[in-house]
Formats: sequence, C-alpha cells, structure tokens
Amino acid sequence: MGKHVLLVEDEANIIEAIRFLLSREGWEVDTHSDGATAVETIRARRPDLLVLDHMLPGKSGLDILTELRADPDFQKLPVLMLTARGQARDREQAEKAGVSRFMTKPFSNTEVITAVRDLVQLAQ
Amino acid sequence: MMREALTGTRIRDRRIMVGTKQSELARQIGISASYLNLIEHNRRRIGGKLLLDIAGALGVELSALTTGAEAALVATLREAGSGAAMPEADLDRAEDFAGRFPGWADALALSHRKRAALEHTVKVLSDRLAHDPELAASVHEVLSTAAAIRSTASILAEDKDLSPEWRDRFHANIDADSRRLADSSKTLVGFLDVESGEAAVTGTPQEEVEAFLTDHDYSFAALEAGGADIAALINDALQLTSVAARHIARGVLERMVADSARVSLGDLSGAVQELGLDPPALAARFRVSVPCIMRRLAAMPGQGYGLVVSDRAGSLLFRKGVEGFVIPRYGPACPLWPLFQALGSPGQVLYQRVRMPGRQDAMFDCFAATETTGHVALNTPPLMQSTMLVVPIPTAGKGSGPDPIDVGPACRICPVADCAGRREPSILSDGF
Repeated sequence: MGKHVLLVEDEANIIEAIRFLLSREGWEVDTHSDGATAVETIRARRPDLLVLDHMLPGKSGLDILTELRADPDFQKLPVLMLTARGQARDREQAEKAGVSRFMTKPFSNTEVITAVRDLVQLAQ
Repeated sequence: MMREALTGTRIRDRRIMVGTKQSELARQIGISASYLNLIEHNRRRIGGKLLLDIAGALGVELSALTTGAEAALVATLREAGSGAAMPEADLDRAEDFAGRFPGWADALALSHRKRAALEHTVKVLSDRLAHDPELAASVHEVLSTAAAIRSTASILAEDKDLSPEWRDRFHANIDADSRRLADSSKTLVGFLDVESGEAAVTGTPQEEVEAFLTDHDYSFAALEAGGADIAALINDALQLTSVAARHIARGVLERMVADSARVSLGDLSGAVQELGLDPPALAARFRVSVPCIMRRLAAMPGQGYGLVVSDRAGSLLFRKGVEGFVIPRYGPACPLWPLFQALGSPGQVLYQRVRMPGRQDAMFDCFAATETTGHVALNTPPLMQSTMLVVPIPTAGKGSGPDPIDVGPACRICPVADCAGRREPSILSDGF
C-alpha cells in the first residue's frame, strides 16, 4: 500500500496542521476543500487513504462517502471521517455509510496519526 | 350561583374593613345574622334590594360589591377549564367554585398561571430548537476552530525541531483561530442565551437586522424626509455587527427610501381614511405596485401591521412581526400562509383571514401579492418576491367578517393536529 492521503476539509488551518503532521510521518498529502467536487477529485487522484470532513460546502461528507461506497473501486478505501457532530446518531449514520473510523473534533494529533496508522495496517 | 357567589366574600371583606359586626349589619338591613353569615360565605344568592341595602349600610357603591379582583380569578379559572376541554356548562360554574372553595380556586389559578409561564418557556426553547441548522453551524464553527487550535498548538509544543518559518506560520494560525473562536463562541452564546430575553438574542445576520429595525420601531423619520445618510445609519448601528447584516440592512433601507419617494406616509394616511385598508385601491391611487403599498402600510407608525416578504424558494427575506402571528426565524414557514399562495398566482392580490393557534387564537387579515424583482433578460426566469401584509383583528371584530383558515408558524412548532400541509411532526404534540 502506498502512502498517498487525500484530505477533504474546508478549514484552512486544520488542513495545514494535518498536512504538516502526516507529511512528517512520510505521507504524500493532497488536499481538497469543496464538497461538491470532492468525489471527482477522489476518483481522479485515487488516494490510499481518505481523511474526510463531515460538514463541507456543497456536499456533506456523508453523501460523499455514500457515493464512493457505491463505486466498486472505492468500497475498500480506508476513510477517516472528522466531524463536529459527535452524537451516537451521527456515528451510526457514518458507519452505515461505510466509514472506517469516526473521529470527533477537537481531536488530538496523536489520535489522528494513530488512526491513520491503524487504517493503513488494516488495509494491508 | 354565579357572580353573586363572590359577592358574599366582598361583603364580608368590606364589613370587616369598616369595622361593623356581622350581627350589627344584619340588624341594619333587616335579616338574621345567620342568613347574613350564609350570604358572606357565598352559600346564598344575593341581589336586588337586599344587595343595595347592604351597599348602603357599608357606605360603598354597588359595583364595589359586584366586581373586583375576583373577576380576574374567575377569568383565570375559566381559562384553565377551557384549556382542559371542560364543557361550557362547567365553565359557567367557575365563579361558584371560586366562591365555595376560595383556597382551592387560588391554588388552581396559581397553578394555571405557572403552567402558562412554563408553556411560554417551552415555546421559547422550541423556537431555539427550530433553529437547528444555524445552531449546528455555530457549534461546528466553534469545534472546528478549537480543533485547528488544538492541533496547531500541539505541534508547536511537541515538535522541538520545528523550523522558524513553520513556527511563525503556526503562531499566526493560532492567533487568527483564537480570534475566530472568540467570535463564534459569542455567537453560540447568543443562540443559547434564552434568559437574557428574546429581543437580546441575536446570532444571524437576519436577526441582527431585525434587532436594528425593532429598535427603530421599523420607522426612520429622517429617511422618510429624504435627508438621512444610509451609510451613517448603518455604521452607527450597534446591532449590525456582521458584514452580512449591514448588507441586508442597506438593502432594506434603500428600498424604504425608494418607497417613501413614491408614497409619503402623510399622503397614505389620508388615502387610507378615504379608501379604507384596500391595498389594490391604494396602489392604484398612488400608481405603485401592491407590494410597495403594503410595505408603506407596514411602515405607518402606530398601526401595528406586520409584513413578511419571501422569495420563491420560501426563504423569508423580511419579517416585521405582529403579536400573536408567529414568524419562524429559520426554516420554512407554514405553507398555508397566503404569502406562499400568492407565489402561485402572480398578478393577483390575495386576501385571507387567518387564525394562528395559540393561547388566544389570534386572528389576522392577510393581503398577499407577488412582484418580479431584479433585471429582466431574454430567456431568463424572473426572480419573484411575495409580500404579505398582516393586519391584526381586534377581539371585538373576530365574530364578523369572513371565516378564517387555520395556519401555523412552522410545522415543528405548530400544535395543529390534522393539517394537510404538515411536513414533519410537531415537537409540541409529544409531551409538550
């Protein structure tokens, strides 16, 4: 498995922090901020891991995930969803849509790095 | 035993107040002390000459014995009974009940008043819940900013080998995010701060504009006179804290100036006296659109008319509320409002009497009409806005005029049970 992660997130400073963290871990980090065009970008860039925000402009992370999982090429793509919506119902919806790991904001850097490592191991 | 019931209590209170013994008063009016005792304890009806004699003996007007604070008590009891779907025959015995069991009556009335206060609180909180989308966005903003700060701060604290360039960059990010967090926290508190009063709760640009207009009573005399500086008005408005709110307020004020140039409030007042509250006739008189005349009617000081403007997507662009006519701050309003019916009949002026459910079932005459806005271009769909004037019907006028239709504020906070227009269950029907 390669080390290419796509971060779909609309908060510029979260993008910068996560990009820094994962780059330091040896990941090649791509970013994308618009929900409406996220699926096209994911299909075009074909990352090894997707870090996906829940609330995005244009289309929600949940809708993006549902659309991806309907595509056989992306059914096994590890997806870490970041969200400010941490209620049990939100987690259930994300799991139903096929999320690999669900993480509520504000998260710690260690949690993000550990989750990414775990997802990579599981995918191998 | 009806109103006379409490008369006994009033007689007893007055007699004690003037220091006359029961036996003495009985002797003066020619009845036995035991019979007067029954009267004073509301166990015997009283009226006519005997009541006049008692009033004379006690040196008070007759009305002092037949009306008083008890009327309010009886009204409260009737309201409590009505709320419990008590038959009219039983409601008519409220005064009897108050007379026979004054302590219980007071307790029931107190309980009813507390219930009414709680209902009001529930209504306010329900309204808050109805704001979910904005609330969710506000919470999301706070948590996302906190996430950015936490992540960036951890990098700064833990990475000792961070280059000066990255360190400076992250410091700048934290500085910017901490400012954002302060602003978004204030917004969030504004949403949740029910205690400080609804008028003080702002949070969205639309609410800021409403607070601004409400503080001016939706009336700007200087603008009407044509001598005011809109930019200065907006800059001086403490309520308009966001760029979006100032933008919306500018649009509202500019339209107000344009409308006032076409129809002065003085001329309109005279025309209303002549033609009555007839928006199409008034619009024809001034050669303006019906929505324009409705905006001017709503701007007339002291009239208390409400105004709602919507676009074709159902977004409420302008809200001037009227007591009893609940206009939701967020989300779609009741689809039965004439405001939305008018969108389906451009060019037609709709008139409909409506009844809004609530503790007083307030009624309103609503006039609604649609007009196109923006530029007209070939093969471009016109932008439409619907405007609805809301005229309160005084209690005395409820019995006359056309039959009203029942409308609500918004499904989520509407108690009407059987409604073809219902989009979602009401939270008021499940235990509220």
